[in-house]
Amino acid sequence: MAPVSVYEVDRAEDEAVPPFSTGKPRRRFHFRWWRFLILLIVGAYILIPLYAGIKFSLQNDTGGFSDLAYKSLPSAPGFTAALTLSLKLAIATAVVSTLLMVPTSVYVHLHMPRFRRVMDVVTVLPIVIPPIVLILGVEGEYPLWARASPYLLSFMYVILAMPFVYRSLDAGLSAIDLKTLTEASRSLGGNWLKTMWNVILPNIRPALLSATVLTLALVFGEYTMASLDLWVTIPVWIVQAGQTSDGHIQVAASMMGLIGTWILLILVVSLDRSQSRRSRRRAS
Amino acid sequence: MTIDVTNASDPGASAPGSEAFVVKRRNFRNVLRALEPTFVVTPFVIYSFLGLGVPALAVFYLAFHGETGGWTFENMRLISHGIFLIGFENSIKLGLLTSLIPGVIGVFVAYAIQTSKSNVLKRLTSTGSGVLANFGGINLTFMFIATLGSAGILTAWLHALGISLTSIGFNLYTFSGVVVVYMYFQLPLMVLVITPALAGLRQNWREAAENLGASSWRYWIHVGIPVLMPSILGGMLLLFGSAFAAYATAESLTLGLVALAPIQIGNFLNGNVIAGETHVGYAIAVGMLVILAFVMLLYSLVRKRASKWLQ
Repeated sequence: MAPVSVYEVDRAEDEAVPPFSTGKPRRRFHFRWWRFLILLIVGAYILIPLYAGIKFSLQNDTGGFSDLAYKSLPSAPGFTAALTLSLKLAIATAVVSTLLMVPTSVYVHLHMPRFRRVMDVVTVLPIVIPPIVLILGVEGEYPLWARASPYLLSFMYVILAMPFVYRSLDAGLSAIDLKTLTEASRSLGGNWLKTMWNVILPNIRPALLSATVLTLALVFGEYTMASLDLWVTIPVWIVQAGQTSDGHIQVAASMMGLIGTWILLILVVSLDRSQSRRSRRRAS
Repeated sequence: MTIDVTNASDPGASAPGSEAFVVKRRNFRNVLRALEPTFVVTPFVIYSFLGLGVPALAVFYLAFHGETGGWTFENMRLISHGIFLIGFENSIKLGLLTSLIPGVIGVFVAYAIQTSKSNVLKRLTSTGSGVLANFGGINLTFMFIATLGSAGILTAWLHALGISLTSIGFNLYTFSGVVVVYMYFQLPLMVLVITPALAGLRQNWREAAENLGASSWRYWIHVGIPVLMPSILGGMLLLFGSAFAAYATAESLTLGLVALAPIQIGNFLNGNVIAGETHVGYAIAVGMLVILAFVMLLYSLVRKRASKWLQ
């Protein structure tokens, strides 16, 4: 007797609900439909050029399959020189950027919380001021000896990388209990250098790594400043080679650059994710 | 103050000579300690000044100086008409087109992904957007040459369908091509920017609206869109700035032949200038900085509004 009455009550409620909830399933059905359409169109827009680039780089002039473009890339005139220059600039940029930004960020986090606001503003400026304007000012006012060196590019790349590097370090340093770690290290007799090297750096390794990777990706892809400062880095070489040869080789070089950057950046994203997971675990 | 500390911490050292010595040393050390923050941030401040301040100030200084020196508004007069004005108009047009279209589509894409049940799709797009948004420059140019250039694969497909790109007024190496290529990194950027805002739309707002009898349509008109609007506008402003300032993609695609403000600065730096107009590049740069400053001002206002509802 009792179960039946419960059942009846339930059913009565079920019948009362429909007028309010009918909208939901119908909406879902509708929505799925246009979701499929929009993802299809956008997906095509994103994927077709990727497919075309890869396919084009694996074709010869008559349209048949050929990996000649990739094979002849290392021996293409000027390629090695451009690669060497890009590598040198990348290393110089990463080293200077780390030496400049890491101690400053750590110290500011520890002792000068109010200066963080200044750094926030300064490190956003390279996004607001376009690289083309910066290089224009550099070419206009810097002394000749500075402009004669390719390392002027590294100098400016450190500036261009600042937004990523600082953002990354800032997140990494906020995720750890910097003050406790430093005090523990100091009370055990560690000096500043030891604390930095043995305690702080290992704790912000993911942040440091993602900052470095982003810096490398930036240097290897930067075209504006390099071309206007008249240095043939990899991107400049690709464009210049495009004016003399059949196109397959530059597309091949571009696709390599693209896939390389892609892998590097996916690495960064996964590093960031592991970092945020760690900080979440600490918080809970 | 220092003397008090010395006495308190070291009451045994009462010999007058040694006390004065200690005080002196402590003073010196305190001065050092007080200066420590300055020492540590000095490299950063100097570096930023040399790399950001000097070039920006140089551009402003040179924009208001003629070739022979002395203050002048001649450069500003030059950029306010003729080809340089067209450059600004085109750049603004490009910025508007590639912020409005990807801005609107990006919201739909982000919403479609956010409400999807597939976790794989979510992870794929969050990683993919991060990568693609950083992906301007010359690699993109060559990828699109392989797609929509005269020997491009999509060009061939469309040709097989009887559609000729040139007959519908599209040419990859002109303004229309630049618009299509820019959207390739603008759309993921919008998805990236707007996703946190969409995640901030609370389920109970929707339930509250439904309990009050609102249809899905009315929920969006009266709750969803008004709450999201500042974030959407903010994202679009960001997109505008990114398209307005970009140089590498447009330059490598059109080889400097399209009239855009950044391209004209590049041409100026490459030495393609008429006598008497050698400082006009600096004036274009100042014009760009003024426009970008205005955009950023709007952006900060909009952000303040956006943070009212969404944290």
